[in-house]
Amino acid sequence: MRDITILNNTAVVLNDIPELDYREFMDYNLAMMSDRPKRHCVLYFGCKNDNNVRLFCCIADDATHLIHVNSSVISPSAVLPSFTARNHNFEKFERELHENFGISYSDHPWLKPLRYAYDRFDKHQTIENYPFCKSESEELHEVGVGPIHAGIIEPGHFRFICNGEQIMHLEIQFGYQHRGIEQLFLQKKKLLERTTLAEDIAGDTTVGHTTAFVNLWESLCGCKPDFPLDYSRTLALELERIAIHTGDLSGVCTDIGYQLGNAVLGRLRTPIINFMQEWSGSRFAKGLIRAGKTNFPFTGDLSGRLQDILNAYEPDFDEITDKLFHLPSALSRMEKTGVVSYGQVLEIGTVGMAARMSGLSRDIRVSHPFCLYGSSIIHQPIIKHHGDVYSRVQIRREEIKQSIDYVRKLIEYVPEFPKTEISTMTPGSDKFVLSLVEGWRGEICHCAITDHAGNLVAYKIKDPSFHNWMALAEAVKNNEISDFPICNKSFNLSYCGQDL
Amino acid sequence: MSSNLKIMWHQGKQFIPDVTKANIPGIFRGRPVISTAKVNESALIGLCPTKAITGNPVCIDLGKCTFCGECAMQFPDKISFTKEYKLSTNERSGLIIKEGEDQPILINPELVRSEIKRIFGGSLKLRQVSAGGDNSCEIELNATNNVNFDISRFGIDFVASPRHSDGLVITGPITENMAESLERCYQAVPNPKIIILAGTDAISGGIFADSPALNRVFLTKHTVDLYVPGNPVHPLTFINGLLTLLRK
Repeated sequence: MRDITILNNTAVVLNDIPELDYREFMDYNLAMMSDRPKRHCVLYFGCKNDNNVRLFCCIADDATHLIHVNSSVISPSAVLPSFTARNHNFEKFERELHENFGISYSDHPWLKPLRYAYDRFDKHQTIENYPFCKSESEELHEVGVGPIHAGIIEPGHFRFICNGEQIMHLEIQFGYQHRGIEQLFLQKKKLLERTTLAEDIAGDTTVGHTTAFVNLWESLCGCKPDFPLDYSRTLALELERIAIHTGDLSGVCTDIGYQLGNAVLGRLRTPIINFMQEWSGSRFAKGLIRAGKTNFPFTGDLSGRLQDILNAYEPDFDEITDKLFHLPSALSRMEKTGVVSYGQVLEIGTVGMAARMSGLSRDIRVSHPFCLYGSSIIHQPIIKHHGDVYSRVQIRREEIKQSIDYVRKLIEYVPEFPKTEISTMTPGSDKFVLSLVEGWRGEICHCAITDHAGNLVAYKIKDPSFHNWMALAEAVKNNEISDFPICNKSFNLSYCGQDL
Repeated sequence: MSSNLKIMWHQGKQFIPDVTKANIPGIFRGRPVISTAKVNESALIGLCPTKAITGNPVCIDLGKCTFCGECAMQFPDKISFTKEYKLSTNERSGLIIKEGEDQPILINPELVRSEIKRIFGGSLKLRQVSAGGDNSCEIELNATNNVNFDISRFGIDFVASPRHSDGLVITGPITENMAESLERCYQAVPNPKIIILAGTDAISGGIFADSPALNRVFLTKHTVDLYVPGNPVHPLTFINGLLTLLRK
């Protein structure tokens, strides 16, 4: 047996994961993915194993709902052939392995630092001297932007190589946001500390990341959340999607200079996040999602409030988006701007909206169901085909409508929440568990490994932005540099989710 | 054109007329009140994920508190969170709430440098720097300028360059990788200038306080003019804090 197949949120015994020779490990995993868009690598990472590193490769099959996992133990001083040379999906993963463990690759095309983690292997590599791609041409010039940007956003550095106004190449440098979250998951032993960390991985996806964490934790402890818990997580996920998508549409309007759209959509986000606060005491739902319990049961009163809010939201939302989608000056800025083709997204391995914009159907709500997806909600992914700003904006508009339908359906019947009580949750020993959640950006992946005493020995987090940033770099090529802001906003990717 | 007017008409009145008296809907975890009830103190202290609670007498440090509300859930007789959103102060010690005290959090007028009211009282331009912020504080700071909160009506704006600004608003626990950029940005702001720390992560490091990936030297070198607690900060907390700092 060369792999073990697991389901989303199902803990398995660590020793049941087959250990292959590196060459076999590489050939097998690459062959499994070759020419199969339904399969993609959700996680490829290393874990210290005495003086060696044990590599784990997790390939999700969207058609069968299964995740194939296998491993290989290597010496970090070895020079290995890279997966990336044969499949670009692995580019970031191998850069991470190189940065963290000093693993060398003989044929990796782009072996640059990924996030300058504090515990990186080579401390001589510092964020001030990132090896940017350079051009010797006298006709081309470079434009550097960041790490601090003009707006109120997170830091990151963008380096453009331009021919006049036209972007020839964009390289994005990360690491400024690195807070050492994965290590903190191991250092901090209390459940509430870890839950707080999960809430802060990316504060714009609090519900998404915290749901991934609590689902994982419950699987690790061998307990199953009851229906009301799954219910409140599903509801919160869809509300988060509505709120952030609305804010993003407002942001796109800002970047095309459409003031009315910016103001209306900006204020339409407010009642949704204010509802989150009425429910949980936080506009970002910090405090709402907890493993094995909830401090804020959803009630019939809240259901009535939410119904009223959605009834008021929808006509205003329809009115302004109809206007936006029929405005020639807006359409001309969005159509055919920042195009990424189906072939490109497949090569990069994008997830979520950044895949669905170009005809690649990737949606964990269908492919690896969790919470109430696949039971109470039979999800139908919204797919566009042009891969441009307009496709990304269309997806947001349609997903908002779809999420409103889901929310309306969910709140028709409010389940009885049992009296909250904390049962002691003890993680199983020598376990491996993977948790996938479709956040508003796309696929969120958390993975944990425990030792024989049930202590965490590895905690891995993958935000959808990890792969999707490369799609932005591809999207802006051959566009005017003045179109960068709208391309960037139409993806709205996370810096802290990437830097961890 | 007529459809534009119709859209505008349909929005109704969205702005909050008086941000100093606005009511926050539903539940909100603002300034906590700690009663003198006897509880198992060590259990209460051990509960907090960010060591914000200390004992004898029981205190909560709002500079460390993540406002998760778990302490109030498990010790409802001891701790309750009020809806009071005016949490900003210019004294670090002013953020510590003591057992048995139910006082508003104030700005100490003696610590406000004279040039702040004189020069920035009518107009304040700010540069925001996220240094490991998780994007929730950043989104809330953006929200201060939306049509609901509309901070620019008070002459306060966020600007694109430090050279155009009168001070920095810092979010995030200040990562090692952002430390130098933050210092450079501060140096680029012309004198006189102010520093505002927005959010628990910026004030104390929050849940990241003991992470080796941080470098908070910046805060030992420069004086902070305003602490705005919250996880993330609520736009009303931010606006009210600034208004009290700037206005006579």
